[in-house]
Amino acid sequence: MKLERLNLRNSGVKPASKPRSLRRQEALWAYILISPWLIGFVIFTLGPMIASLVLSLTRYNITTAPVFILFDNYIKLFTGDPKFWHSLGITVRFALIAIPLNLVFGFVLALLLNQNVPALAFWRTIYYLPSVIAGVAVAILWSLIFNPRFGILNWLLSLVGIDGPGWLASPDWAVPALIIMSLWSVGGGMIIYLSGLQSIPTTLYEAAQLDGANSWQRLFYITIPLMSPVIFYNLVIGIIGTFQYFTEVYVITATADTGLGGPAESTLFYNVYLYSNAFRYLNMGYASAMAWILFIIVLGLTLLVFRSSALWVYYEGALRK
Amino acid sequence: MIGKRAQDFINRIIVLLLLFIGMLVVVTPLAWMMISALKSQDAVNTNPPQWIPTEQVKVQVNGKSAFLYNIEVDGILRQLALTNKEGSTGTFVNPEKPEEQYQLPVASGTRATRIYFHWENFVLAVTKVPFFHYLLNTMIIVVFGTLGTLISCVLVAYGFARFRARGLNILFLILLSTVMLPPQVTLIPTFILFRKIGWYDTLYPLIIPAFFANAWDVFLLRQFFMTLPTELDDAARIDGAGPLQILWHVILPQSYPVVATVTIFSVLYAWNDFYAPLIYLQSESHWTVALGLQAFNAVFTKQSHLLMAASALMLIPPILLFFFAQKLFIQGVVVSGIKG
Repeated sequence: MKLERLNLRNSGVKPASKPRSLRRQEALWAYILISPWLIGFVIFTLGPMIASLVLSLTRYNITTAPVFILFDNYIKLFTGDPKFWHSLGITVRFALIAIPLNLVFGFVLALLLNQNVPALAFWRTIYYLPSVIAGVAVAILWSLIFNPRFGILNWLLSLVGIDGPGWLASPDWAVPALIIMSLWSVGGGMIIYLSGLQSIPTTLYEAAQLDGANSWQRLFYITIPLMSPVIFYNLVIGIIGTFQYFTEVYVITATADTGLGGPAESTLFYNVYLYSNAFRYLNMGYASAMAWILFIIVLGLTLLVFRSSALWVYYEGALRK
Repeated sequence: MIGKRAQDFINRIIVLLLLFIGMLVVVTPLAWMMISALKSQDAVNTNPPQWIPTEQVKVQVNGKSAFLYNIEVDGILRQLALTNKEGSTGTFVNPEKPEEQYQLPVASGTRATRIYFHWENFVLAVTKVPFFHYLLNTMIIVVFGTLGTLISCVLVAYGFARFRARGLNILFLILLSTVMLPPQVTLIPTFILFRKIGWYDTLYPLIIPAFFANAWDVFLLRQFFMTLPTELDDAARIDGAGPLQILWHVILPQSYPVVATVTIFSVLYAWNDFYAPLIYLQSESHWTVALGLQAFNAVFTKQSHLLMAASALMLIPPILLFFFAQKLFIQGVVVSGIKG
């Protein structure tokens, strides 16, 4: 198993020395074949993107016609809506803790599994399993585990003499609980790291060993540099994923006494607040403005990560050739 | 100094130990779910938690049900039923011979328990709500959504992998970049569009978009198609096969693994999806299993045993799918980098 790199030029097609009519026919076929995506892109991506940008400049509740209010939505978000900043803050704080933890745990797990352990397939299966079963059922399961009185987590803590916190019922501990929950499915990232690790040429390690490098040196001078593209990929995807965080919070809090995003709005993630605006209060224009701010944030972060990657991501192409 | 072999051995033991601890962390929640799903209502919320579903034994004595006690009579441990209690003294009866009675302090005995699995919780979980109706809706979305994904993504990926045309590379980059686009940006206008054409509260918004391909699966399929040798294509072309015939008779027969991978991910996605059903499906008759489970969660908050039984039912299909098609899963994740 090797990580396939995106290769645009080498599309497996012979260089064109065909007559023009044949080439035109080929181009026609290409466009016919990709037309489902092309049409879908216009209807479900490009069109809606423009529409949501326009909507973000209006007040619109679906039942009455939209009213243009120029930048009022944006102005209100930035200057008159503490909940907006609150939800952004929660999301960023969650991302700052959960993403690095997921990266580290996933990476360490992959390193352990790359140690020539017996029954690799078995371990891989076990650790990957939680990633397969995301969604409502898992959130329900964890809300039981986190139950302050009857949950098994606080029972385990009580065995070592710790009086466990209220977890999802406590404004201070709800987000840490969600972070713990997210770590449970760290196996998804682990699989990607593992395949990356397995594609590192062993000759590199042998050479390093001959030069007297110990295992820490091999980790820091060979493994981590060669793995940096994969780490980078998981980082970008992790950032984007955090801003979509929704189902877990909805399942756990939507029907609780404390309300969606509770307790005390401690889990009012960005996407949860956006959902409330759009589908509970029917502020479609306001929610569209939130969506575009989110888009700019994600775009900015992604570009930042791409830019900074020159400093710390090592692409192995130079080495192979 | 320890020898190198001893050092290696110790390292391996440490690695295995760490993996084992990690496994406990991964497996315990799932085991806890199954255990809770098999408990009686009394046993589910206890402190300390019950790791084996047990319940107190009741027996019939003279037509009345009574708790069975483990209690010492004249130095011998007996199992007797408590039929009557006055103050701290109880009347204990031998359930086999009701005329054999003892007056004993209740505190000297303990209630007898037995291991008992309440398999009927699963039946209750699916009969308290129209579960099979939810399942039918979900299956409709799974089947048609997957069909749409397969047809559209195979065609598009084939176009990108085997044909050359002006602008195609740029279009492919645009396709890839849509992966980074937060879905919220297109969500609201799409929602309004589906409402305008009368598809709100129908299954269409969850099925029709699948027929317009998606970046992940196109990428996965294209990467695979590009590893296939073009010689067979050429041979078929010389024999007069058109592009679609080449796809059907040459490319697809070599592509079972990747087609299976796309199928699995598509099925899994449709099964787990919550956000789209939540915003599009209003009437209960259109709900999916995920929505139904969330509603169940709201109604049966206090009945954790039923809640866990219902959740377990929702998790069993993906787990089975994963165990049977593990290799395809892992290859799919590795090639496309799909996470989770």
